[in-house]
Amino acid sequence: MTDERRRTGTAGDKLLRAAAAAAAALVLFLMAALFVGLGWHSALSLSKFGVGFLWSSEWNPVAGRYGALSSIYGTLVTTAVAMLVAIPASVLLAFFLAEIAPPAIAKPVGYAVELFAAVPSIIFGMWGLFVLAPIMSEHVQPFLGEAASFLPFFSGPPMGIGMLTAGLILSLMILPYMTSVIRDMFEMTPRSLKEAAYGMGATRWEVTRKVVLRHGAKAVAGAFFLGLGRAMGETMAVTFVVGNSHRISASLFEPANTIASTLANEFAEASDPLYLSALAELGLVLLVMTFGINLLARRMLDRFGAGSGGAR
Amino acid sequence: MRPRSRAARKAADAAASALAFLAAAAGTAVLFWIMAEVFARGASVLGPAFFTRLPAPPGVGGGGLANAVLGTVIITLLATLMAVPPGVLAGVYLAEFAGNGRFASAVRFGVNMLMGVPSIIMGLFVWGTVVIATGGFSAWAGAVSLALIMLPVVARTAEDMLRLVPDSLRESVLAMGAPYWRAMLVIFLAARNGLVTGVLLAVARVGGETAPLLFTALNSPYWPTDLTKPTANLPVTIYNYAMSPYRDWQAMAWGASLVITAGVLALSLVSRFALKTGTERKAKR
Amino acid sequence: MNGTAATALPPRPPVSRRSESPSSRRSAVRRARIVVRGLNFFYGRRQVLFDNNLEIAENRVTAIIGPSGCGKSTHIRVYNRIYSLYRGQRAVGEVLLDGVNILSDKVDTAELRRRVGMIFQQPTPFPMSIFDNVAYGLRLHYRLPKSELEGRVEEALKAVGLWDEVRRHLAAPGTDLSGGQQQRLCIARALAVDPEVILMDEPTSAIDPIATARIEELVVSLKSRYTVVIVTHNMQQAARISDYTAFFHQGRIVEFDETARLFTAPREKRTEDYITGRFG
Ligand SMILES: Nc1ncnc2c1ncn2[C@@H]1O[C@H](COP(=O)(O)OP(=O)(O)OP(=O)(O)O)[C@@H](O)[C@H]1O
Ligand SMILES: [Mg+2]
Repeated sequence: MTDERRRTGTAGDKLLRAAAAAAAALVLFLMAALFVGLGWHSALSLSKFGVGFLWSSEWNPVAGRYGALSSIYGTLVTTAVAMLVAIPASVLLAFFLAEIAPPAIAKPVGYAVELFAAVPSIIFGMWGLFVLAPIMSEHVQPFLGEAASFLPFFSGPPMGIGMLTAGLILSLMILPYMTSVIRDMFEMTPRSLKEAAYGMGATRWEVTRKVVLRHGAKAVAGAFFLGLGRAMGETMAVTFVVGNSHRISASLFEPANTIASTLANEFAEASDPLYLSALAELGLVLLVMTFGINLLARRMLDRFGAGSGGAR
Repeated sequence: MRPRSRAARKAADAAASALAFLAAAAGTAVLFWIMAEVFARGASVLGPAFFTRLPAPPGVGGGGLANAVLGTVIITLLATLMAVPPGVLAGVYLAEFAGNGRFASAVRFGVNMLMGVPSIIMGLFVWGTVVIATGGFSAWAGAVSLALIMLPVVARTAEDMLRLVPDSLRESVLAMGAPYWRAMLVIFLAARNGLVTGVLLAVARVGGETAPLLFTALNSPYWPTDLTKPTANLPVTIYNYAMSPYRDWQAMAWGASLVITAGVLALSLVSRFALKTGTERKAKR
Repeated sequence: MNGTAATALPPRPPVSRRSESPSSRRSAVRRARIVVRGLNFFYGRRQVLFDNNLEIAENRVTAIIGPSGCGKSTHIRVYNRIYSLYRGQRAVGEVLLDGVNILSDKVDTAELRRRVGMIFQQPTPFPMSIFDNVAYGLRLHYRLPKSELEGRVEEALKAVGLWDEVRRHLAAPGTDLSGGQQQRLCIARALAVDPEVILMDEPTSAIDPIATARIEELVVSLKSRYTVVIVTHNMQQAARISDYTAFFHQGRIVEFDETARLFTAPREKRTEDYITGRFG
């Protein structure tokens, strides 16, 4: 008898309800279809290489042997570089926007951060390839090579493109997302909590570090994972500057490939079914990886409590 | 307990503040730097020809990317038409009918997860289904891949915006004796600014998407006359031209970058404006 | 402080058995438009209305008073079945409108709500023009030629005294009006569809005193044509404008009587305490 929204109603109501439920089901269907679809096209590669696909470093279209390791390695290294830069930068930026800057500055800067998030990936690619890479090869990489030559990460010819440059571009791309989530968290911290801490004589940074960040630790971690998931799947910005090579090297100056860049680069050339299937399986690996990361991000960000409505 | 030195704490605070300022300054500077490069390098090739002529072969000079501009508009428009109805309906389901049951939580979860799927995966998926089933790359396939990216964004904002409509409005429409579907029309009206914003943001998000189009719409040097054929579009053109060894093509890629950037930023600005006037109105009453 | 302190607490007030049925004479009202019998209401498993019995007199104003959270809104939200939008909200008992139990599944809620209009605490102008606001219900329930539609809108706006204020900007958004005007607009919107009963849930608690006075006048003028039920926190308001008053306490109707009698000679101690401001 109750709950007329879900049960009774005119024909129009029933139609609306059915259409809405169908659209909602479509979302779930799509999510499942992604896995099934990529799995389907991976079948050939899966049956040929088995799980060994994941740790074989051979990627040889001529010989028809494929392994994902080089692409996975490149994905992990570039993402690690990106996170190394973006984690402190996003926390500091959010700290600046929420706690330090007067509104007259926080507003336009916050706005710039939002615009940053809207710039398409390919524009970062263009900028990375034509602007950043030359600077990297002429100034940054020679300097790093000199200053930290004892580290294996900074050796080899300074070509400008490679994992370091790709990681830096990625960090720029995920920075705005992470910043805005963290900033929201800052703003959601109860005022009373902050005031209590200030009342005890804590400095701004102490309040931020020990109260705000701790209070919102989960949300901050969620923001990091969101950024991580995005960095892993980011394609064009990386493809432009990563160098496209299936060699696995310790040096960040070396060219490499990420899963996404391999897909973008090689799809057009892939003609035989096995090659295509191997690419599809790479895609599946990426889907599983990002799905897992996003799952973690959601776990941490989810908040509860949607109103049930009623007399009050 | 050893007392901590006040000076050290103050220094830590000052250092953190300075670093934060630096991060903000650097972030803003890089954004402006990127924008400046795009404008400086792109503006020189933008002329009437860019928007009216077909591409010229490398080294010949002249020519434009009118076909790609048109193709991008067509593909994005189609994608919007495909994504908005189901997206809004899914949002309606979540905000109006679902409550907090199992299925609703699953759908909400699905929406969030879909938002996190890399765009290139959507491209690969649509290639594996639509392109293969229809026997070739096409504007339609490109639109489907972009629509899949838009769908969760639209659904999510639609749910959020509909939830912002107070229950009292919902109730007072229904208290007039309106059936639910008619009440929804009023609720849509009340949420229209937010809904428009959500759609514009979704469009802005896919407007410059390149990766999925590589797998679906591909590219073409011709006018987009047949939507069942590979279709020219700006993002893939930028990719192809930038990766080419020809200077004039690279210059065209910058021009295309400028067009895409300006378009996407304009959309973001407009959507922001739409949302703002919406909230200001609410505040006034 | 230790365990023995508990003995020092005052004894719990005895729950009056009699409060199950309000201390009013049966059929206190002259002609009852709505008869409530044995109404219980549940939010999920939580019961908030207990055995409510009440009669709402035709062409009179019935006020519902009582401390916050006692179930006033819940009670009147049964009369138009608006509660049934929500999962888990349940009414058990009988609410007869002209002798028909509206809690029955067979009742057409759309028609019920046309006959029983409702005004909310917050004015809720729809996001459309002033004209369309008032015409909304008319277009919903009737198929009218344009001229008649305009006539009925004008009539409704005149009934609430808004016509002279808005006749020149009928096309302006309803949300541009002031709070008091908005509330009168909502009343006009409800009147336009020619209802029989009008429910008002604290219609003046969100508006200023002058606008409140206008709405009070309006409510009194409405009773010649309509049956009005008004929930209010303002006892002077109840005393000024209503003919009958029901006093609710903790989900029960403690006392129901003619307003003049209830406010001057309450029979229940709790009523007296409430109207004299000793709790609430
Ligand atoms: N949607 C709901 N879900 C659960 N409980 C509710 C809901 N709405 C109201 N209640 C509870 O039911 C009881 C009666 O609430 P109701 O809103 O009817 O009181 P009221 O007399 O109108 O109060 P007020 O004067 O504050 O408006 C309260 O205890 C309230 O907490
Ligand atoms: Mg109430």
